[in-house]
Amino acid sequence: MSALLDIQNVTRRYPRPRQRLLHRPEPLVALDNASLTLNAGETYGIVGESGSGKTTLARLVMGFEAPDNGRVLLGGEDLHALPEHILRQRRQTFQMVFQDPFGSLDPRRPVGWSVGQPLRATGQQPAPAQIAQTFERVGLSASDAERYPHEFSGGQRQRIAIARAIITKPRLLVADEAVSALDVSVRAQILNLLLDLQDEFGLAMLFVTHDLAVVANLCDHLLVLRNGRTVEQGPAQAILTNPQTDYTTMLLDAARVTPAGHSAPARTTT
Amino acid sequence: MIRRAPVNLWIGGALVAMMTAIALLSLVWTPYDHTLLDIPAKFAAPSAEHWLGTDQLGRDVVSLLMAASVNSLTVAFVAVGLGGAIGTLLGLAASAWGGWVEAIVMRLVDLGFAFPALLFAIMLAAAFGPSLSNAILAIAFINIPVFARVARGAANQIWTRDFVLAGQAAGMGRAALTRDHILPNIAAPIIVQATIEFAVAILAEAALSYLGLGAQPPMPSWGRMLSEAQTLMYLAPELAIYPGLCIILAVLGFGLLGDGLRDVTDPRLARTRA
Ligand SMILES: Nc1ncnc2c1ncn2[C@@H]1O[C@H](COP(=O)(O)OP(=O)(O)OP(=O)(O)O)[C@@H](O)[C@H]1O
Ligand SMILES: [Mg+2]
Repeated sequence: MSALLDIQNVTRRYPRPRQRLLHRPEPLVALDNASLTLNAGETYGIVGESGSGKTTLARLVMGFEAPDNGRVLLGGEDLHALPEHILRQRRQTFQMVFQDPFGSLDPRRPVGWSVGQPLRATGQQPAPAQIAQTFERVGLSASDAERYPHEFSGGQRQRIAIARAIITKPRLLVADEAVSALDVSVRAQILNLLLDLQDEFGLAMLFVTHDLAVVANLCDHLLVLRNGRTVEQGPAQAILTNPQTDYTTMLLDAARVTPAGHSAPARTTT
Repeated sequence: MIRRAPVNLWIGGALVAMMTAIALLSLVWTPYDHTLLDIPAKFAAPSAEHWLGTDQLGRDVVSLLMAASVNSLTVAFVAVGLGGAIGTLLGLAASAWGGWVEAIVMRLVDLGFAFPALLFAIMLAAAFGPSLSNAILAIAFINIPVFARVARGAANQIWTRDFVLAGQAAGMGRAALTRDHILPNIAAPIIVQATIEFAVAILAEAALSYLGLGAQPPMPSWGRMLSEAQTLMYLAPELAIYPGLCIILAVLGFGLLGDGLRDVTDPRLARTRA
């Protein structure tokens, strides 16, 4: 049995803008030779400071962009080698929850429409009962499907985004800073919801965050990134109790000193 | 979130509403049949029977101006609609597929912006031959690059939004994403541009008709009225002033309305429902 997700030595470079006429700058290495394996039901935490390459890794796993080197194997298949139409079918099995709960829902569509989208994408007509059931599963009421994103709070919107991500019963869920924009109390509710869903479906989760406090008791494994490079990697407990680098210690300290009631200000939506 | 409606929106809106009302009215009623010749009554001064007098053939000027407004609006509507639709589709395709699709579309856009629009329309209409439908095609053509550029720019912004990525993650293809997310979310800048291009199209129609490349007799047209009156400048200068004023008011009206719409649909203000 191969792992559900097997990331093998992926590197992603972004060209930097030219500063001088005859000088081509070195590309920015957003992610340098990262590897990990994730099995069903497990959670892998990706942590690191801003700009460390966490979102880049998430985008590679979601097939939004391709690595310059290395491979992303999902269920043994090289994601970036699949023909477009096959990839689109496979997308039912891996879904994502985005950081900004307002930006990830089209403001012009009722939220039930957005939640049904993964079904419609494969030509199925989502049954109202199925949408209603999914809304109830994430703690919302079936009648909410008719409403528009601006009528909901940040936490509710994130529940809607989760509903969309689970409606196809995926095997892998990528959560990129999925709770960072939320208040601490709401944050706990959403984390609990994700954990419940994980138990229920045997979901594997790739949990991206800059805040180690969030992942401390959530993850089985950790990958610590800095400037695209892997700083530390392994069982979460071992890293959290016995960090090997100053950088990880610093991230841990930052997580500890953050007062429990303090949270990042919600991003203003544009 | 109450925003002050700008003055240009009101003035432009009023002018456009007035002109549309007059054009619609002229479909069912004009003071006289605008084709009715009454040579003995030629060059009549404004009076109770002929509010703005009569022209060199004794036709009622008000009736002519009213009938000509239909021509102006129809030409603008068809030309901007046609050119706008093609241009928007090209811009959306360029934004969605990139690569060689985008390269071709952008070269076309460059070509469109290499000449002044009016001059280009005149060149095209002259090449196609003088007729109203060719004038419409020429005006539609100069609209294609304008809308392609606006649509592509607006679409590029929407493609970076998370809800489009979410749609992609859901398994939607580029065409479906464009239809479901991109097009509805770029409607505002497209409508603003269309209003502004309406003004350009009315001016272009008048210019083409003035040059004999647009509306052909006996179809009434402000541009042709202007060119006919030109030869009579010393005899009856007001015959040139009336259609000229109509052109100016129509162009101004749509221009101001477009500007005003642009002001109130400031993209930085997140808007909610369509
Ligand atoms: N499309 C892009 N083009 C150019 N550079 C990019 C692009 N996307 C990311 N980068 C750069 O790659 C690096 C890693 O970015 P990434 O978004 O993966 O960081 P991150 O760990 O998610 O940071 P944050 O916590 O701020 O979200 C950054 O230096 C960023 O500026
Ligand atoms: Mg990020």
